[in-house]
Amino acid sequence: MSTYDEKTLERLINGELTWGELRPIISGSKDPDRFEKILGILQRRVPWEEKILIPLHEHLYVVSKEGKRIVKCDCGHEFGDYRENWKIKCRVRVRDTAEDIGELYSKYMGCDPEWEELREYFCPGCLTLLDTESVPPGYPTIFNFLPDIDTFYEKWLGIKAPDK
Amino acid sequence: MLKKPIGWDGKTLMEMLNESEKFIKETKHYYGIDKLALKEKDPFNYERAYASLRGALVSSRETALHISASPIVKEIGELCFALYTPEGDSIVVSTGILVHVHTMSEAIKFMIRENYEDDPGINPGEVFLNNDPQEGNVHTTDVQTIIPIFWRDELIGWAGGVTHQIDAGGITPGHDLVAAVSRFDDGAYYTCRKIGSNDKIWKDHMINAKRAVRTPMYWELDEKCRLAGDLMIRDALFDFIEREGIDYYKRFIREAIEEGRRIVQERVKERLIPGRYRAASFFDVPFKEEAWQPRAKMDKITNEPIEIIVKEDGTLFLTFDGASGPGPNPMNCGIGAMEGGQWVLLTQILIYGDKVNDGAYFAVEKEYPKGTWCNPGDPYLSYQSPWGNLIPAYTGMMKAISYGLFSRGYREEVVPGYGFTGDAIQGGGIYSSGPLKGERWMLSTFEISGQGLGASAVKDGLDWGYAMWNPESDLGDVETWELFQGGIPYLARKIKPNTAGHGKYRGGANYAGIAMIAYSKDVDFFGAREGLVFHGAGGMHGGYPHATGYRLYAKNTNMKEIIENQKEYPLWDPDPEHGEFEKLLKGEIVRKAHCSIYPVLLENYDLVHFAMSGGPGYGDPLERKLELIKKDLDDGIYSNDKILSIYGVVANYDEIKGEWIIDEKATETRKNELRNERKEKSLPFNEYWENEKKKITEDKLSEPVKRMYSESLNLSIKWAKEFREFWKFPEDFQMEVK
Repeated sequence: MSTYDEKTLERLINGELTWGELRPIISGSKDPDRFEKILGILQRRVPWEEKILIPLHEHLYVVSKEGKRIVKCDCGHEFGDYRENWKIKCRVRVRDTAEDIGELYSKYMGCDPEWEELREYFCPGCLTLLDTESVPPGYPTIFNFLPDIDTFYEKWLGIKAPDK
Repeated sequence: MLKKPIGWDGKTLMEMLNESEKFIKETKHYYGIDKLALKEKDPFNYERAYASLRGALVSSRETALHISASPIVKEIGELCFALYTPEGDSIVVSTGILVHVHTMSEAIKFMIRENYEDDPGINPGEVFLNNDPQEGNVHTTDVQTIIPIFWRDELIGWAGGVTHQIDAGGITPGHDLVAAVSRFDDGAYYTCRKIGSNDKIWKDHMINAKRAVRTPMYWELDEKCRLAGDLMIRDALFDFIEREGIDYYKRFIREAIEEGRRIVQERVKERLIPGRYRAASFFDVPFKEEAWQPRAKMDKITNEPIEIIVKEDGTLFLTFDGASGPGPNPMNCGIGAMEGGQWVLLTQILIYGDKVNDGAYFAVEKEYPKGTWCNPGDPYLSYQSPWGNLIPAYTGMMKAISYGLFSRGYREEVVPGYGFTGDAIQGGGIYSSGPLKGERWMLSTFEISGQGLGASAVKDGLDWGYAMWNPESDLGDVETWELFQGGIPYLARKIKPNTAGHGKYRGGANYAGIAMIAYSKDVDFFGAREGLVFHGAGGMHGGYPHATGYRLYAKNTNMKEIIENQKEYPLWDPDPEHGEFEKLLKGEIVRKAHCSIYPVLLENYDLVHFAMSGGPGYGDPLERKLELIKKDLDDGIYSNDKILSIYGVVANYDEIKGEWIIDEKATETRKNELRNERKEKSLPFNEYWENEKKKITEDKLSEPVKRMYSESLNLSIKWAKEFREFWKFPEDFQMEVK
């Protein structure tokens, strides 16, 4: 059964593993203690105290705060209940002109704003770009992922969620 | 006189199929098996038995492909074999293109439900041919040869083989026809037709089939290749039964499929997190100006929303609820195409391993809503190029699953998507001179096997080296392709700047080529790829989608004069705004923002440009490491202007050293500017929502966008309800298209 030390996983998160180190991790059997170890590393890295329940994103976490489960950015900005789409608490820039799209893509190599626009969702706290959406104008904001936290902990891991 | 049933224990095949379906419905286990008794009793023999069958299939594939002359089959190995239960469930699949885990299953089940057992009869030594997307195929170009296998007087299974044809006799040359708008344009159709007996293909069939396509030699040898592979599988199965006994075989195949079902559950529980995952992809069909046929003159965007529920027991539910409608274009998908797209993806991202079979099919519940592009229910539409819709749709599935992989900690497995295996330039012509004068050549390059892979959460995507949808990932020998499509020699291939999706980790990059028509006449040329919308569901966690495709070719050029005088000619199109074609060529230069075009007639010395696709990016580009950006510049992956405007990196080219030097102080200033710009040019969500809603209420949407919403609102209850609720529209809100 595979297992990796925390130093290796730290370097994995940092994008520091060489291809020679990474390839066997990709092609080998998975290490069953990965979730627990990654959670520990991330908890040590964030500058706040709330317990992380699920790492949701490169910068976002579902955390337990005062008996509620909320989405929180590593900068400390709080997005509210995890069952609501965190994107509707973001700042949004819409690139819906050829000029704005042209800043990112060469001519002919980006979307046509008559057909599709490019949305950028920023954290209101740190202005990190958290998500992009390439959708036709008028498309509702997409709710990427809603984890079933209790089923995961209780039925799959066989333990209570850290806030239970 | 009634014939004796050919199923097991005196049952008909129909009775066996009904029994099988009843078991899975009532018990959730394949054939009601709750205990893998053979595996538990003697796991070594069980594994050896499975490995021997799989080995036989792989061996059959590797041997049979040498009968083919088509480079698609022989060079890059786009063929696959499988062994099926009497009911048509795959037990074991060869290597190759794993689109076909379940495709031929549907064809066999069709023959059973249509009571082929009674008429036209299913007998030892007979051969059946299928390429009908309504009955388990992807498109007419994938052709399946299926044989029944008997042990004494019982049918004990089926062997099936599939190859991808270069041409299926459709409205134009090619294998993914852009100009097909109905079934009658898709080429020759064989709906589970009996074509042989006594292990031989009937002569009358072969005469007819060869006359139905533009490439009779390839067709004939591909048919023989598939039949030879099937017969080798049958021989191997006889050896298996001699060794293990028929009773062992009968139990073993049930357990192997049940185990395949359980493997999906175990893998899902190992790598994902239960919950709801969503993504949305789109495909542009800009045929208002392109189409020849009046009813096909329509601009459409396909809405491809995907929702996956990872359930408590580790099974998956997948739905395309909200999908828009089908159309008079070849991108409509039958069930075979939807299953094929799903399996080629799942076998690479989640359930790779040796026990890939229809057990996996039973672990995934699907919903392909009726009347939509993914289940039109109309056999008379065209299904010739379903990949146009199903590739972006299933790319969304990979992105959705990546959210779970990330949360579970398996960041190295994250892939937000792939390059579209499009811009497979297609067509063909007739040699007008030389030793092959009068012979037809076909343009069907499978360079599409090398696309850009999306970035992961720990590294950049692979450059020009991956194709989810053509997983052979082997372009074959370039010399073979040049021989095969000798009327369009390549002049150049170069890395194309700015194809990779931006991000902390960038997507894979790609290259473009220039080719010239030569020694030919009557040359058709066309291609298909997204051009007006981004591919798939875009980047992830702040990464951007990769670049779209576009079309560029030049007619009536002065290339003859350029060659005679040894002058400079275009080798690439690095900056489409200031093109090399326009700078170096005289002639009619055609640039189109959309990439899917109907065939155009080309002549000798005309030039075409074709670009492979990059992959989507991951993470905020401002977090990309400076040493990686320097490498991007040195390698020509991105142009300096894009590095400055997206990554906020200031770099100068050192002519003496021949490399880019990053100005770290100026970079810091520029990154601060970009952060400020983010604040200045973004809005709080509520203000954005008000503005965006006005695009709908003030009639600012374009015709294809309105058409898409109109179709989705009419075809779905749930998606429509969420759409109306999100924008706070009344319950009866509709979108009209004039």
